Amino acid sequence: MARKPLQFQLNGRHQAVFTDDGQNLLDLLRRGVGDLTPKYGCGQGTCGTCTVLIDGEPHLSCLTLAETVDGRQITTTAGLAEGAELHPLQTAFMDNFAAQCGYCTPGMLLAAKALLDRNPSPTREEVVEAISGNICRCTGYEPIINAILDAAGRRNQRRYG
Amino acid sequence: MIEFRKEYFADERDDNLNEIGKPTQRQDALGHVTGRSPYFDDHLFEGLLHIRCVRSPHDHARIRRIDTSAAERMPGVVRIVLGKDVPNNLNTLLSLLDFGIDDEPLISDKKVSYKGEPVAAVIAESERAARDAVAQVRVDWEVLPAVLDVEEAIKPGAPVVNDVYPGNRFVYHGKYDHQKLRFGDVEAAFRQADRIIEGRYQMSPIEQAPTETCGAIAAPETNDRYVVYTSTQALFFSLDTTSKLLRVPSNRLHLIGGTVGGGFGGKVDSLHEPMAVLGTMLTGRPCKYIFDRHEEMQVGAPRGAERWYLKDGVMNDGRIIARKFTGYFDSGAYTRLSSYAIIKAVGHLPGPYTIPNVYADVYCVFTNRTPATAMRGFGITGVDFAIECHMDKIAHELGMDPIELRILNAYRDGDMKAHRRLAKNTALIECCHVAAEKAGWPLSQAARQASSLRDGGGARAEIPHTVTDQHGRVEGYTAGSYAQKKRPSGPAGQARGPQSPASHPSRDSIAVPSSFDRAPQPMSRPAPSAPPASAAVAPPPPPAAQRPAEQHAPEQRRVTRFSSISGLRRR
Repeated sequence: MARKPLQFQLNGRHQAVFTDDGQNLLDLLRRGVGDLTPKYGCGQGTCGTCTVLIDGEPHLSCLTLAETVDGRQITTTAGLAEGAELHPLQTAFMDNFAAQCGYCTPGMLLAAKALLDRNPSPTREEVVEAISGNICRCTGYEPIINAILDAAGRRNQRRYG
Repeated sequence: MIEFRKEYFADERDDNLNEIGKPTQRQDALGHVTGRSPYFDDHLFEGLLHIRCVRSPHDHARIRRIDTSAAERMPGVVRIVLGKDVPNNLNTLLSLLDFGIDDEPLISDKKVSYKGEPVAAVIAESERAARDAVAQVRVDWEVLPAVLDVEEAIKPGAPVVNDVYPGNRFVYHGKYDHQKLRFGDVEAAFRQADRIIEGRYQMSPIEQAPTETCGAIAAPETNDRYVVYTSTQALFFSLDTTSKLLRVPSNRLHLIGGTVGGGFGGKVDSLHEPMAVLGTMLTGRPCKYIFDRHEEMQVGAPRGAERWYLKDGVMNDGRIIARKFTGYFDSGAYTRLSSYAIIKAVGHLPGPYTIPNVYADVYCVFTNRTPATAMRGFGITGVDFAIECHMDKIAHELGMDPIELRILNAYRDGDMKAHRRLAKNTALIECCHVAAEKAGWPLSQAARQASSLRDGGGARAEIPHTVTDQHGRVEGYTAGSYAQKKRPSGPAGQARGPQSPASHPSRDSIAVPSSFDRAPQPMSRPAPSAPPASAAVAPPPPPAAQRPAEQHAPEQRRVTRFSSISGLRRR
């Protein structure tokens, strides 16, 4: 099995690793790099649990060939907080009880971050659309939607207030 | 948003509590939002091996031969595990509670009884290598007729799903092929009822579908122990099951769980820990065994399907004077937790209503379906679906308001439940009030003024004269055999006795017990002045009836009570 060298930015830090033929990005991040924040849920691209951002866009890492991220910027949940300071989405997820078992939370946070980065003041419908690829089995989604709207409000307050 | 209705039962407890009734942050919330919560698969091991199972493509088949020679030569394959490699290859989860007979292998070596049942496990250097090798294992199957319907499964001549229970029915208390509930005399009450209303209700099996699939990682640990990271919801079930199947003392097993990526019951009886530890025992290396999503859906144990027949004797004013249940739980191929679910269900009957005559025969039936297990209120949810559909049907047939019908028949504090406990902390009436208010549903003055705290007890606290019967009696499953792990005696414990399989439960044949051969057994309390049989079938006093206040006090009854979860009695 051929191994290929691969370089990319992970949460702003340079990574140089080898990837096996056919290895997916989820496996590379978890086993190869040791970033365990993206989770395996289905391996089929249906649950959104493995969502990461590639150049700011949400992607399903279980369906992304690792070698395709050469030279690109990857963001995972491990990169959301700045030091000890949580990202507004993280704070809002806590305040709104948007995480129960927590397994879908990393993927949800990144889907939400991609939305807020391109649309800082989304409507409720836009939030629902943005997380429509992410399955949560605990919360019934309402607390998650509320948290994302809450985070958008806080960010806007901070920006303009 | 949670709304607290503190005006109800305001006298029940102090309201100056520090935590109760106030939102509190989850202790694991920070770990969840930072992605640092350690799920079982978030533990990295050097040299980790991967386990994948060879699974039956058939619902029911005998295994003639398993040829692993091609698979063993595949690159990356370390070991192929068969049933003979499992030190004690037969278990049932609740044997740990001395309930039920071992009936399920970890890896089948004689026959399979459901689609997806494992017959071999491949341990390989990578998941892909394990998958490729699984595809190279050749199994010579003798396909057997399968039975997928609960009532078909208990007919004479049906394929035997589970050799331990040849009648395809779990045996309760070593005596009966079903769980019984007898309270009063439903047949006499049916004769007095203004009308009989019957219904049939069927629930589908439901997969819990947690976002994290079931799995475990085992690794050699110091002191000759095995460390196991697991997604289990029931760490001590997993510990004891592993210990039993692998004949390893539990003090050599170090199980670490606690962070579960959704369970909903589907991770209560997982068999991942014993498989992972077995892999580690055989290879000396860390082993991971995890369901992929397809396995989680096809092989992971769901909430079992239930079929319920209800027959109610109803008066024209809406009072229900008799309710008879015949229930069939689809346990799938093995017992797992369905036997226990039925115990819960029967304790719950006839639902949150006071009905003076109740009868239930509930069967835990083996079929060639995926074994069923726990899921959110299992044992209760299914029959509640049936009961509440039936309440609506009764209301419809009587031309009565469905909420008023429920309030009229609702249990109240101090009423005797069919499982011989006094009801307390009842709140159905108040729930109906709130539901009606939220829905803008008008209620009559009488219904609005009803209260769970009033008009219960008294005559409603009596245990009626109860007729009993021996139907469904089986031999060869003496209760003591559970603990001693003896197999049933005789020809694999064929259902015998007064109830022959031939006469066994079509719903019509169940109706009349052939003899009422025992007087009611009044448990551990002084026998109430035995009411005449006719009194047993009298409708319960209408809830609005005025009775002397002292009759309302449940404390007068010397009946064993469970304490509430808080350990505090309400009044």
